[in-house]
Amino acid sequence: MAVTREDVVKVAKLANIAIDDARLDALARELSTILGHMEELAQVDTERVLPAEGLSSGGQRLRADHGPADPLFNAPATFAPEMRDGFLIVPRLATHEGSPERSP
Amino acid sequence: MKPPPRAPDLARKLLAQPLTECVACVREGGALPSDLVSAAFDRADDVGAGRESLNIFLATDRVRATESAKELTALIGRAEAPGNLAGAPVAVKDNIATLHMPTTCGSKVLEGYVSPYEATVVRRLRANGAVIIGKTNMDEFAMGSSTENSAYGPTRNPVDIRRVPGGSSGGSAAAVAAGIVRLALGSETGGSVRQPASFCGIVGVKPTYGRVSRYGLVAFGSSLDQVGVLGRSVEDTAIGLEVIAGCDQLDSTSADVPVPRYELEKNARLDGLVIGKPKEYYPEGLDPRVAERCERALDAFRELGAEVRDVSLPHTSYSIPVYYVVAPAEASSNLARFDGVRYGLRVASESGLTGMYEATRARGFGPEVTRRVMLGTYVLSAGYYDAYYKKAQSVRTLIAQDFRDVFLSGVDVLFTPTTPTPAFELGAVKDPYEMYLSDIFTASANLAGVPAISVPIGTASGLPIGGQIIAGHFEESAMFRAAFGLERALAGKALPGEGSA
Repeated sequence: MAVTREDVVKVAKLANIAIDDARLDALARELSTILGHMEELAQVDTERVLPAEGLSSGGQRLRADHGPADPLFNAPATFAPEMRDGFLIVPRLATHEGSPERSP
Repeated sequence: MKPPPRAPDLARKLLAQPLTECVACVREGGALPSDLVSAAFDRADDVGAGRESLNIFLATDRVRATESAKELTALIGRAEAPGNLAGAPVAVKDNIATLHMPTTCGSKVLEGYVSPYEATVVRRLRANGAVIIGKTNMDEFAMGSSTENSAYGPTRNPVDIRRVPGGSSGGSAAAVAAGIVRLALGSETGGSVRQPASFCGIVGVKPTYGRVSRYGLVAFGSSLDQVGVLGRSVEDTAIGLEVIAGCDQLDSTSADVPVPRYELEKNARLDGLVIGKPKEYYPEGLDPRVAERCERALDAFRELGAEVRDVSLPHTSYSIPVYYVVAPAEASSNLARFDGVRYGLRVASESGLTGMYEATRARGFGPEVTRRVMLGTYVLSAGYYDAYYKKAQSVRTLIAQDFRDVFLSGVDVLFTPTTPTPAFELGAVKDPYEMYLSDIFTASANLAGVPAISVPIGTASGLPIGGQIIAGHFEESAMFRAAFGLERALAGKALPGEGSA
């Protein structure tokens, strides 16, 4: 199935990646070629086959439900750009830099 | 009488010796860990490990490595057990979290990022006396088969500097092949340890899914990823795997299965071992040099008393299409976290929050990562999910069933080529799908979750060729038994024209 330029625009939006207009056609071609190779999977009869879900037969192990399993070696305050009242403050967006702060 | 060797000379020699000898010498006080660290850094200088030449490391920390070495010396002085890797310099792939060096995954999006926690595998290495000397170059987020996709420039193959070392653990493979370290950690999603091991003429192990903790391994394809070991010899990798393997409370996908002592397989006999030769891994168009070396390896197995049996894994040809649906799908989800808010790079945008995400990811991700995230998003999107993702996961079930059937039929291990060709030249493979075919013999083991090892089986025009031994789930002992036997049988047996590189 050929991937169109419009498909690339839509997928880029879903993937949160800005793609230059100049790159759209090339990317559509590349994805079409790769997906073309995937189409041989249609030849396989999988009607009575369950999709793979987990590789370990015993399923996922559970741990006791108490506290964080592993405290960080470095406390958040040592690597966070800014902290207030135990919360991490992320940088403001460029579009909001001039706007007044709301109190927490 | 000859004077005893000077400490630096001894350390340099030890670096070229099996890990057991190096570690024994350190434990007995014959060599100082700090001399081994110096020897590793001297060797890195001698072989041109720097960016302008082999470009093996993305970060090194000589000061801290020397401090760690001195702490180890103090431990030995207090008669405390220094561990099975006492004093051994080790390199770690840059997608494995370390506390004092950045963990960038070879990506601009994580430039300068230092993890606030340490991977379990790194903690286990250090607890066993290993000294981490640096973080190795890799294809960005482990997406690639040549280490040409690193945002920090390609690594080159120490065997032939015009060629790629394979990937994505190319830096780790090159560090071992260049003699800087005896042991390095890599990671596997579709062959990223075995393929570079094959290209560089060393040994590379991918353990069973769940054998080794992934706590601190930056996720790429969560149903496929495993930490692997690269080393100069089968024994070195056996010791390395034993150190890092085992259940970990911090990774709920690590399995609670006892870890055997793999190095005890070193002198085990191969009489009665059944080795399967799957026909799908020996297609008509296989590079004759690779086919010839594999036949010689199979003859060596027969001489050791093993039985070689023709077998079939009928869904093998679908492994690449399945892998390149499943892995990008999982990657598109795992890499969603790199959005300019939580980690590293942040690119300002006048289009609000979404604009900031899009601009950050556009500048932070290289072309291959962008391609795979797009591919993964596409196959998971409404209308295409059943045709691609669900279909691929169903065929994956059949691929895993092939392995179960063949091992249930009485076959102990499988023997195949690791790669279709020896190392290619930098820039030689331009088409993305052609590059994906580098994993044609390795991806199945990841899809099925079974362990596999690549062992050097000869050279062609000086270029190394690897043979792969695949075993059933948690049957690494059988895998090592066959690998030790093969290594022993091929030692010193060069074919005409093989010569050393």
